Amino acid sequence: MHQLNKLDTKMALLEVKDLKVRVEEREILHGLTLTVNEGEIHAIMGPNGSGKSTLSHVIAGKPGYEVTDGQILFKGEDLLEMAPEERAAKGVFLAFQYPVEIPGVATMTFLRTALNAQRKARGESEYSTPDFLKKVREVSKSLNIPQDMLKRGVNVGFSGGEKKRNEVLQMALFEPSLCILDEMDSGLDIDALRIAADGVNALHSPKRAMVVITHYQRLLNYIVPDIVHVMSKGRVVKSGGKELALELEASGYAQFEDAA
Amino acid sequence: MPAVQETVERVKRIDVDQYRYGFETLIESDKAPKGLSEETVKFISEKKNEPAWMLQWRLEAYRRWLTMTEPTWARVDYPKIDFQDLYYYSAPKPKKTITSLDEIDPEILKTYEKLGIPLREVAMLEGVEPKPGEEDPARRKIAVDAVFDSVSVATTFKAELKKAGVIFMPISEAIREHPELVQKYLGSVVPTSDNFYATLNSAVFSDGSFVYVPPGVRCPMELSTYFRINERNTGQFERTLIIADKGSYVSYLEGCTAPQRDENQLHAAVVELVAHDDAEIKYSTVQNWYPGNSEGKGGIYNFVTKRGDCRGNNSKISWTQVETGSAITWKYPSCILRGDNSRGEFYSIAISNGYQQVDSGTKMIHLGKNTSSRIISKGIAAGKSQNTYRGLVTAHRKATGARNFTACDSLLIGDKCGAHTVPYIEAKNSSATFEHEATTSKISEDVLFYCIQRGLTQEEAVGLVVNGFVKDVLQQLPMEFAVEAQKLISISLEGSVG
Ligand SMILES: Nc1ncnc2c1ncn2[C@@H]1O[C@H](COP(=O)(O)OP(=O)(O)O)[C@@H](O)[C@H]1O
Ligand SMILES: [Mg+2]
Repeated sequence: MHQLNKLDTKMALLEVKDLKVRVEEREILHGLTLTVNEGEIHAIMGPNGSGKSTLSHVIAGKPGYEVTDGQILFKGEDLLEMAPEERAAKGVFLAFQYPVEIPGVATMTFLRTALNAQRKARGESEYSTPDFLKKVREVSKSLNIPQDMLKRGVNVGFSGGEKKRNEVLQMALFEPSLCILDEMDSGLDIDALRIAADGVNALHSPKRAMVVITHYQRLLNYIVPDIVHVMSKGRVVKSGGKELALELEASGYAQFEDAA
Repeated sequence: MPAVQETVERVKRIDVDQYRYGFETLIESDKAPKGLSEETVKFISEKKNEPAWMLQWRLEAYRRWLTMTEPTWARVDYPKIDFQDLYYYSAPKPKKTITSLDEIDPEILKTYEKLGIPLREVAMLEGVEPKPGEEDPARRKIAVDAVFDSVSVATTFKAELKKAGVIFMPISEAIREHPELVQKYLGSVVPTSDNFYATLNSAVFSDGSFVYVPPGVRCPMELSTYFRINERNTGQFERTLIIADKGSYVSYLEGCTAPQRDENQLHAAVVELVAHDDAEIKYSTVQNWYPGNSEGKGGIYNFVTKRGDCRGNNSKISWTQVETGSAITWKYPSCILRGDNSRGEFYSIAISNGYQQVDSGTKMIHLGKNTSSRIISKGIAAGKSQNTYRGLVTAHRKATGARNFTACDSLLIGDKCGAHTVPYIEAKNSSATFEHEATTSKISEDVLFYCIQRGLTQEEAVGLVVNGFVKDVLQQLPMEFAVEAQKLISISLEGSVG
C-alpha cells in the first residue's frame, strides 16, 4: 500500500488500455491493459506465444498489426496516431530480440544517422562530429564495446552478446524515456548478460521507464523490476512485485494458462 | 555520415516528377535539318570543319548503317524509333572560337552552375596553391570538358595538362589538330561496323572528348566531362577516345544530365579506350539522365557502346559506373584483354525505379596469357522497373591462365519490379578459372523496421540500406563522385516504397 501511494504521484508514461490486436485476421492480444509510470522497471513474463513480442511491436509501430480496439497513450498522447519514426523521436525505444544485420553500413554511420534523424525530428540541432564521437566513445567504453566494432557493418558478424550490447549502446545514445527490452537475455551467456544488464541499469533514471520482456526469471536477478506482469494468451493475467517472478520460476506458467 | 543526411534532405524536397536537373536553357541553336541522310552527315562534317578523310569515314559508316537492323536481344521494350524524326546536330549559337570562359554565353554558364559544375571556380583555382598542410579534397583539381548538346563549350586546365604533355580536348578539335593520333586510334576498338548504334554514332557523332597521355606520364588531375542534352529531339552522339601510352595513367570521370521532357530522346555514345604496355585507365561514369515521369512518359533512350582495349602487356582498364537515370539503358562497358598479364575491371551500380528498363553488364574477352578480370555488379530494382545484368566472360584458346571473378547481386524493392541475371561464360582452354556468384534478395521488412524504430523514415531507411548494399562499388569511385553518387542513389529511389 505504501508503495502504491508513492507510485500515484508519478506521471504515467505508457498507458495501454484494453488493447486488441490482430495479425492476419487472427486476434493475438485480447484486451491488454498496462500502465507504466516514469522511473519504473516493469517485467513482462509469459510463455512463448503469449503475445509479448506482439505487444512490443505494436507499441513501436511495426507494420502488419491491426489494432481493432483499445488505445495506447504515451505521455498522454495517442501513440497509435504516430508514425513509428515519430514514436522513436518522442522517446520509445525497442531493443530487439534479434537485432538485424545491415551489411555495408558502418555502425558508426548508422548511430549518427539515427541520432541526428531523431534530433532533427524534435527540432534540435544535430551533433557535431567531435561531440558525437566523444559521446560514442564514452558509452561504448562503459559497455566494453571496442572502437573496432563500430567500424564494422551494423551487427554484421557480431556475436549474440555484441548485438545486445549494440542495442544497449543505442539506448544510451538516444536517451529514450521508454525502453522496451524484448528477451534481452536470449542467446547470452552469464558474462555477456551481466555486461548488458549493467549497461541497462546504468541507464535507469527517475524519468525513464524500462519494460523488460523475458521468458526466464534469470534476467531479473540482474535487472530488478518494481512490478512483474504475467502474460498469457494475449492478456495480462496477474501483476505483482518482484517476488512474483520467483514464484513463477518455482511453479511455472501452467497455473496461468487456465486463468487466461 | 553527413552525405546520407544530405541525401535524405534532398529526397524529401524532390518528388519523382520533379527531376532536379529538368530545366531548359533558352539559347538559340544551330541545327542540322531534321532526319538522317548523306546530306546530314556532310552537314555535320562541314560544320566541324573536318578533313576529307573524316567525312569519308563517316559516310562509310552511314552506308553500312543503312544495311543494319536494330538489335532486339536486350530485355528492353520501347516503341520503334523513327530515325528520320530526329535532329542529328545542334550547336549553341552564336558559334565562334572560344578562348576564355568570359566569352561563353552566360546562359550556358548558368546552366552549368545549376548542374553544380564549377567551370568558373575550376578556372579560378588554377594557379591557386593550397596552403601547406591544407589539402582540401573539395578543391582537388578536376579538368572539365563540358559537352553542351553537341559542342564542347569550354576546356579548362588546358595549360597545365599541356605542360605534362597530356592532350585533353574536344574530339572535333583533335581531328584537326592531331589527325595522326585520331586516324590511328578512332574505330580501332569499336569498329564502324560494330553494332547498329555504334555505326550510327560513327556516321553522325557530334563531339566528345579526346585524351592522349604520353608514355610514362601520370595525368596530374582527374579529367572530367559532363554531358547534357538540351535541344528538343536532338540525338546526342558523343564520341570519346582515350589513349594511355606506355606506362601512363589516367582517371576519367563522366557525368551526365538531361532536362526533363515528355518525348524520348535518343542517346548513342561510343567510348573507346586504349591502354598500351603497363598503362592504366580508370573510367568512371555517373549517369542520371531523365528517367521519364512516374507514368513512364519521356526519358532518355541510352544505347551506348563502351569498350576498352588492354592492348599492351600489364595494362589495366577499369570501368566504374553508377547508372540511375534514363528510361532505357543498353550498355555493356567491356574490356579486351589482349596484352599478357592485362587486367580488366567492371564495377557497376544500376538502379531502376518507376518504369525504367536497364539491360547492362560487361564483356571480358581474355585473349592474352595470364589475364585477369573482376566484375562486381549491384542491381537495384524498385517501382515497376526491370533490371537485367548481362555479362560475357570468354577465354580464347591461347589465353592460358585466364582468371575471372564475377559477383552479381540484385536487390528488389517492392514486388512489382524484376531483376534478372544473364551470365554467359565460355572457356576455350582448360587452364581458365572463372568464378561466378550471384544473389538476389528483397529488401527486408525487418531491416527497414529496425532503422525506422531508430528514427529514420521509410525512405531514409531504404537509402541507407541501399547505400550499404552498393558500398563495394562506391568505394571504387573518386571521392567527389562517390558523394554525388550516394546522393543520386537515394534520390532515384525516392517514391520506391510505400
Ligand atoms: N507475423 C505473424 N503472423 C502470424 N502469427 C503471428 C505473427 N507474429 C506472431 N504471431 C502469433 O502471435 C502469437 C504471439 O506471438 P508473440 O507475440 O511472438 O509471442 P511471445 O513473444 O510471447 O513469444 C503466437 O501465437 C504467434 O504464432
Ligand atoms: Mg517473443
